[in-house]
Amino acid sequence: MALTGLEIYKHLPKTNCKKCGFPTCLAFAMALAGKKTSLDKCPDITEEAKIALESASQPPMATVTIGKGENQVEIGGETVLFRHEKTFYHPCAIGITLSDSLEKEKILERIEKVNKLKFERIGIPLQVNLIAISDDSNNQDKFCDAVKTATEKSNLPLILISNNPQALEAGLKICAERKPLIYSAKEDNQETMVGLAKKYSCPLVIYGKNLEELDSLSQKVVASGIKDVVLDPGTRNLGGSVQDFTQLRRLALKRGYRPFGYPVITFVNGSDLYQEVSMAATYIAKYANIVVLDRIEPEEILPLITLRQNIYTDPQKPIMVEPKLYEVGTPNENSPLLVTTNFSLTFFTVQPEIEASKVPSYLLIVEAEGLSVLTAWAAEKFTPEGIAEAMNKAEVEKKLSHKKIIIPGYVAVMKAKLEDESGWEVLVGPKEGSGIPKYLKGTWQ
Amino acid sequence: MEKATEKWASKVNELIIGATQKEGGTRNSLIKVGGATTLPFLHFEGVIPNPPVIAMEVWDMEPPDWPAVLKEPFGEVLGDPVEWAKKCINEYGANFLCLRLASTHPDTKNNSPEEAAATVKKVLEVVSVPLMIIGCNQAEKDTEVIPAVSEAARGDNCLVGIAVEANYKTITAACQSDGHSIIAESPIDINLAKQLNILISDMGFSPEKIIMHPATGALGYGLEYTYSIMERSRLAALQGDKMMSMPMVNFVGQEAWRAKEAKASEQEIPEWGPIASRGPLWEVTTAVSYLQAGADILVMCHPKAIDSVKKVIEELMKKE
Repeated sequence: MALTGLEIYKHLPKTNCKKCGFPTCLAFAMALAGKKTSLDKCPDITEEAKIALESASQPPMATVTIGKGENQVEIGGETVLFRHEKTFYHPCAIGITLSDSLEKEKILERIEKVNKLKFERIGIPLQVNLIAISDDSNNQDKFCDAVKTATEKSNLPLILISNNPQALEAGLKICAERKPLIYSAKEDNQETMVGLAKKYSCPLVIYGKNLEELDSLSQKVVASGIKDVVLDPGTRNLGGSVQDFTQLRRLALKRGYRPFGYPVITFVNGSDLYQEVSMAATYIAKYANIVVLDRIEPEEILPLITLRQNIYTDPQKPIMVEPKLYEVGTPNENSPLLVTTNFSLTFFTVQPEIEASKVPSYLLIVEAEGLSVLTAWAAEKFTPEGIAEAMNKAEVEKKLSHKKIIIPGYVAVMKAKLEDESGWEVLVGPKEGSGIPKYLKGTWQ
Repeated sequence: MEKATEKWASKVNELIIGATQKEGGTRNSLIKVGGATTLPFLHFEGVIPNPPVIAMEVWDMEPPDWPAVLKEPFGEVLGDPVEWAKKCINEYGANFLCLRLASTHPDTKNNSPEEAAATVKKVLEVVSVPLMIIGCNQAEKDTEVIPAVSEAARGDNCLVGIAVEANYKTITAACQSDGHSIIAESPIDINLAKQLNILISDMGFSPEKIIMHPATGALGYGLEYTYSIMERSRLAALQGDKMMSMPMVNFVGQEAWRAKEAKASEQEIPEWGPIASRGPLWEVTTAVSYLQAGADILVMCHPKAIDSVKKVIEELMKKE
């Protein structure tokens, strides 16, 4: 959290010695607040003040990287509690469990399935991010086998889960250069785990069985100099998790509470697939940075990946499609011509409806700063002039033998003006995309 | 380490739907919504006196666009609102129904207001749970239909809608004279939502009897817009904005089951997995997201999805 000049000034020696190059301590403080100088220019700063000021200059929640290269995931670094306040930056990573006690073939099968959990929505590729290998067998060799297999068969970053530091170290020897996330430092083993995290320079999860325990453990681990930390508050039930994750996020962001200034991981364990998907969805909405689940069927993962895309879409930047003339099916010179805005959601609502109508059509997408029809019209970004210009640019008159254009029902009011601007007959289409098939099959004919 | 609790200035309005004999109605139970003094499910800093509720959809005609996976649980009763309503209650445990008068739409059967009113009367006779009654979502036709059905349900304190800017006057007047609560819908815009609440209140209608519908986006189809509008609305309510303190409703089923992901068969898109669970999961995921944004009423369709979301609400209502 950024401090003001006056807040910084309180920590300075107030001697006005000028050794920092500024005439007064206050001037130095102001320069520090504006990040125009650095604290080490002050020769008389106390250790205490240094710690206070340095921690205040850090972001409220650390960004942690897991994995290396193309598939590495960055989590955390969030600055707000609600997406409308600014945006959420690093989409919640979705991890899939892999038990080392599975048969070798089952392990291969599962990894293969995880690798296939890839989807595309509004032109953006989406996938799961992590494989969480758990030492359920209590057998170091089996654990290492699973780690080895996952390393060979998947490019996804790993989470190594074990209570046994020897097994973890053996696993780390196999995949440390891929920067797996180590799970986890607990009350009884934190020194050993911190040692491993340091030795292999990998990020480390701190597990507390409640917020109090997590708090004291985090203070110890962070004091040992580790910066790549992920927190697990241990809560596993839905209601408790929502409240704990909210506490963690608020304490980090609004109170600048350092021990909680890290991303959060949770594991989903529900009574059936609907409960598990519900829990994971809830945690994606409210403040988990990594959600690990057992589910690997596409129908279970697709809604979660879609929700993550929705929640993490930057509200300040609408997703847009390229403004141009699109062909739906194989239209000819008698086909209808529809027009709408370049808001991706509009496009991806309208286009499938035209497709569903089975009437081959031209769809003219007009530049409207990525706004939806009604919003764009209200903001004067979707205007008769703009549409007429786009019609000229796309040379629609060369493609069609008729001179009719269908506008969205919500902008019926621009009919007359557009007829004047374009010289074309303007037909008022349905208000909702869902009305398009009926319209094209009925009214248009 | 101290807890990070917020001190909110105000709370969400509390509203009762339904009327028993005592209140001059014919219902056997009541539905209470709203009243929260904090954000969704944050029991550590406030009181959430009423859990969010689910209203199960019943249509007055066979839904023309429902995929097989959604029709299957209802089978023969589709097209018969009375039997459909009974099935929801007896078989699927519904304690709140949303009767959708889709047959009045000019593009479907264009049924008359009198026919719609007769349907409402019949349903009220055979079921005793509180009712939400909505028209066909065509503003002009609803101005004819809603006054008739509102009168038919007089005294039963239903939740009636949907009032939009184009028809709120007629619908408000009907709800006012027949003692119902009203659904006020605005197109994903917090200022328009507030404006409509003000317009309805200015007609002498109690703001305490308004439920807001911020327009619902399905998962993957604009959910994030509605989600943020709802979060902002709920924050405004807690910060004391009386014209934004209304409980909120989401038509989850209606929107989720329009999504390609909920409808496309596995033959069409095999890589999306079997439709039997994919469809209900789309509805469930849409619903649980809106619970976190502050939904007080979820209008839903698939029994399996409803059952799952009920369990989710139970879990979220546990204080620890």
